[in-house]
Amino acid sequence: MSFIKEFSGKYPEHTHKNDPKAEELLSTAKFDARFQMCNQDKACWQNYVDYFRCIKKKGEDYEPCNWFKKQYQALCPGFWTERWDEQREAGAFPAKI
Amino acid sequence: MSYWCQMYFQNGVTFTSMRVQWAFGMYCVVLMLIFVFVMLSVLLCCSGSHQFIYMLTDHNLERIWGTVPLLILVFLSWPSMGLLYVLSELETPLVTVKCIGHQWYWEYEYTDFAVVSYNSYMVPEDELKLGEPRLLTVDKSMVLPFSVWCRILTTSFDVVHSWTVPAFGVKSDAVPGRLSESSVKVEMPGVFWGQCSEICGALHSFMPIRVEVVSAELFSKWLWILQSSVWEG
Repeated sequence: MSFIKEFSGKYPEHTHKNDPKAEELLSTAKFDARFQMCNQDKACWQNYVDYFRCIKKKGEDYEPCNWFKKQYQALCPGFWTERWDEQREAGAFPAKI
Repeated sequence: MSYWCQMYFQNGVTFTSMRVQWAFGMYCVVLMLIFVFVMLSVLLCCSGSHQFIYMLTDHNLERIWGTVPLLILVFLSWPSMGLLYVLSELETPLVTVKCIGHQWYWEYEYTDFAVVSYNSYMVPEDELKLGEPRLLTVDKSMVLPFSVWCRILTTSFDVVHSWTVPAFGVKSDAVPGRLSESSVKVEMPGVFWGQCSEICGALHSFMPIRVEVVSAELFSKWLWILQSSVWEG
């Protein structure tokens, strides 16, 4: 890495790109511009709530709702979603769905 | 991993860790130059061969020795400011792994395709096989693909832990109620080690991290096998 390029932050482009073969095999939750900070707990929470609001409004077969589902399943730890599922079933969930 | 009498960092395997180590090396060079300059100046002054009795004021000299340190500090902060943003950058991730700290083991969750979750315990000393490192060997490693942006989310089930892998340049606190995001793009396959870095109780030193980095094809096959059966280890 040459001194000038490294010093000025001009990094080679390949350092930013994924392996092309991996792009065919793997995918995960996308970057959400609403939550840009290091702490992603709100992103997890919001996508969870948005999914259940979406299926309540549009029905479980509505395909676009699955975007929120993929987001919250990728981001949220299992023990968080299990607790929220129990709260929803008990009618004690702290958000309006 | 660390070796006996190690004095410097472990070899960086992500571009971020390589850049951070490069910046550290550059700062060490600048600091050594300043140190040598100051020591030479002190020796010159103590040698008694120079006299400064005719110099009462010299505004130009004062301007120089006020401005030059300022410029040195700006020079030092330039790569650091860039690195600050590079470290929190997450391009297009293809894998998300959740590292959940427990007392006293790590739980890894891969939920991109199906819910896959397993615990990683340290292997006790009396069960180690020949050649396995003490206090680092685990029964189940975390697996990542190389040359792929991975999102690592750390949280905790109980007290504060910290997920660290020095070779990746990652140290992410696992705080209960918080989901800390870090990004990793490992550039070469291999096995990399770390240990919990936040005091979390009696067995804080006994919850290591072992990451196996493999090709994307092998990673997706492993994930498929894991989600279709229980992993016996």
